[in-house]
Amino acid sequence: MTTAPIAAPRPQATIMLSRVAHSLYWMSRYIERAENLARLLDVNHQLLLDFHGFNDTTIKDHWDSILASSGDEELFLKHYETADSRSVTEFFAFDLRNPNSILSCVYSARENARMVRDQISLEMWETINELYLFLYNRKADEIRATGANEFFASVKRGAHLFQGLTSSTYSRNEGWEFLEFGKYLERADKTTRILDVKYHILLPSANDVGGAVDTAQWQAVLRSASALEAYRRFYVREILPWKAAEFLIFSDSFPRSLHYCVARVDELLRRILGENAARPRTAAARASRRLLADLQSLTITEVLQEQGLHEFLLETQKALDRIGGAVVETTMFYPAEAEPGEQQQQQIQQ
Amino acid sequence: MFASNAGVRPHYRRLAERLGTLTEADFDQRRAAVDLAFLRRGVTFTVYHDDAGTERIFPFDLIPRIIPNAEWMRIEAGLIQRITALNLFLDDVYHRQKFLKDKIVPAALILGAKHFRREFMNCTVPRGIYVHICGTDLIRDGAGNYLVLEDNLRCPSGASYMLENRAAMRRAFPNLFQSYRVRPVEGYSDELVKALLHIAPGRDDKPNVVLLTPGAFNSAYFEHCFLARQMGIPIVEGRDLVVRDAHVFMRTTSGLVPVDVIYRRIDDDFLDPTVFRADSMLGVPGLVNAYRAGHVALANSIGTGVADDKVIYAYVPKLIKYYLGEDPILPNVNTYLASEPLDRKFILENVPKLVVKSANEAGGYGMLIGPAATKEECDKFRTQVAANPRNFIAQDPIMLSRSPTWCDGRLEGRHIDLRPYILYGEKITVSPGGLTRVALRKGSLVVNSSQGGGSKDTWVLQGDE
Repeated sequence: MTTAPIAAPRPQATIMLSRVAHSLYWMSRYIERAENLARLLDVNHQLLLDFHGFNDTTIKDHWDSILASSGDEELFLKHYETADSRSVTEFFAFDLRNPNSILSCVYSARENARMVRDQISLEMWETINELYLFLYNRKADEIRATGANEFFASVKRGAHLFQGLTSSTYSRNEGWEFLEFGKYLERADKTTRILDVKYHILLPSANDVGGAVDTAQWQAVLRSASALEAYRRFYVREILPWKAAEFLIFSDSFPRSLHYCVARVDELLRRILGENAARPRTAAARASRRLLADLQSLTITEVLQEQGLHEFLLETQKALDRIGGAVVETTMFYPAEAEPGEQQQQQIQQ
Repeated sequence: MFASNAGVRPHYRRLAERLGTLTEADFDQRRAAVDLAFLRRGVTFTVYHDDAGTERIFPFDLIPRIIPNAEWMRIEAGLIQRITALNLFLDDVYHRQKFLKDKIVPAALILGAKHFRREFMNCTVPRGIYVHICGTDLIRDGAGNYLVLEDNLRCPSGASYMLENRAAMRRAFPNLFQSYRVRPVEGYSDELVKALLHIAPGRDDKPNVVLLTPGAFNSAYFEHCFLARQMGIPIVEGRDLVVRDAHVFMRTTSGLVPVDVIYRRIDDDFLDPTVFRADSMLGVPGLVNAYRAGHVALANSIGTGVADDKVIYAYVPKLIKYYLGEDPILPNVNTYLASEPLDRKFILENVPKLVVKSANEAGGYGMLIGPAATKEECDKFRTQVAANPRNFIAQDPIMLSRSPTWCDGRLEGRHIDLRPYILYGEKITVSPGGLTRVALRKGSLVVNSSQGGGSKDTWVLQGDE
């Protein structure tokens, strides 16, 4: 039996079912995830086109590192033998056996949108449904034949349109907080992974300068986070690996930097959980406050030399997981019983 | 109709003229635009047992069905009369059962009815209303009379298509639509929410109304979302609700919030596993108890299915006379009851000439259209009727009126029926129009969406042409 408190009376417009909040949160996360993946794959495809000097081994290393950063390496190796452009693209873009492939993400986002169809605007629903119909009707072979670029572009456009419409048609109520919370949490996680792809070529000393290939690879990292132009405007100089890492971790104005995302996560989480006091009451708020404090106070040198970038990123991912899990647990006043089967839902309607 | 306007009924004249000016390509273009809009908006229903893709759009025919005002006034009066009588009947069934003493309906038929809920005897329902939302299926016979084909008193569906069809037609033929002075149907959701608020148990603040759905996999899920959106009420699943001390609450992000009225789109059987089907995962344990205690209102009430049983249907004209002292304005289709020995003999001897229906199925399932059936199918039904007469009725096949429908690039006559929606709140309202369903297969009499049916917009005119 649930131990949920009886809520103080509120006007109906502000009531948010736990299930609905949950679906909004996941819908938002899946869309953000699909968009990040499309960008990451797109940039890396282009990178390979730029460097004809890559041989089979370096290409394999290249995709291996992307695979490793995704956290889905094990699943990949279950279904594929070797990491190359084709297999990795297949796995991340179209494979429904991978719950985090672009296709799976869009399907899941739409499934969640369907669950809360009555809550989101018609424009939001239409956009997500169109993206789904576009993917549903495409055959992977056709996409490969016409080039994956157009496919990635469509996914990104669909996701951006969805986020834009969400921002311009969804009321700024509690549902909005869940949508934004999901988006920024996912984005923070993806930024850590984009950085993690290249942590091994990050030189230990801030004074070392990498070769042409490394620079191109760090350009690719920045582009994977849509950050190249923002970086250039900020530093107005050549791309230095540690500067790029610093920008993606610590920038307080770039909307995909870890710091920026976590600041948003912390703020939304406070509103969702009603955390007004200086000292947080819930585990979720404590975890987020601690992470935010790190991102506000650490320097790139400390991260690189004391902890190591890879370890720092792993710790951050774990903290983000904890925060997401704790918020879901705190706001979902319902037992995690199994969903009713499709069979029973399919009763005949008069 | 394109070739000649001779013989067109006066209220269809302008439509015929307009269609005459359209090229086939024009027409197809509008049709494609409407279909695409339905798909994008997700105006779909779910086909069960179909692996090819579970969501489909409900086929829509761009040629509206037009009903002049005088014809409509009679339909409306007949529907109000019918729901009033059925409601009095339900109240009687679950209380004093006076009609049994007066021998209007045989007791065995009530006690043996699948949807009779003996658990509900002597339970008071809010405001004495059992059926808040009713969808009555009407057909028009060869002579132009409207007849009642069946009553749907449990969870009638389709109102959302009535509203979406209207929106689609307005987009496809804005000028024609305007020239016709069609009565609006858009008031439906306002009337519905009013009818739901009407039964809220008295509480000080604003009552909370919710729509209870079986879930996103239900065939009518689109409709559930659509209506909830239109009314601005939350859509909930069974697992979102919890009962404490005979009060219903919903689980929200800030804790439990009381629920006052539930517009439920779940069958009685699944409503509460502690009372009805124990294996139901869709329902809410304790809900029925809360309802009995008067702390929550349900629309429709529990046990209304006893009155839309196809066997009880045959008695409705008598019930109207009995409760209201009036002759029915809308007659029934001539019906034979297999439970009556003489009728049974007639049915068994004439299966190939009759429409045979099982008493409690919906959605076009469990029925046989004799003239269109094979010998084996007829034999199978004959055996079933003989084995379980209480469960079957038979009707004369009515030559349903046909309506011009766009099929494979030309207009052809297709059989149609009409489902208007009646709401019983503070007063009874009938939304002017309803869902016209059309059997898209040539010669077919079955209009159900699950059986290859489509729909049309229904234009009730403010005047007569």
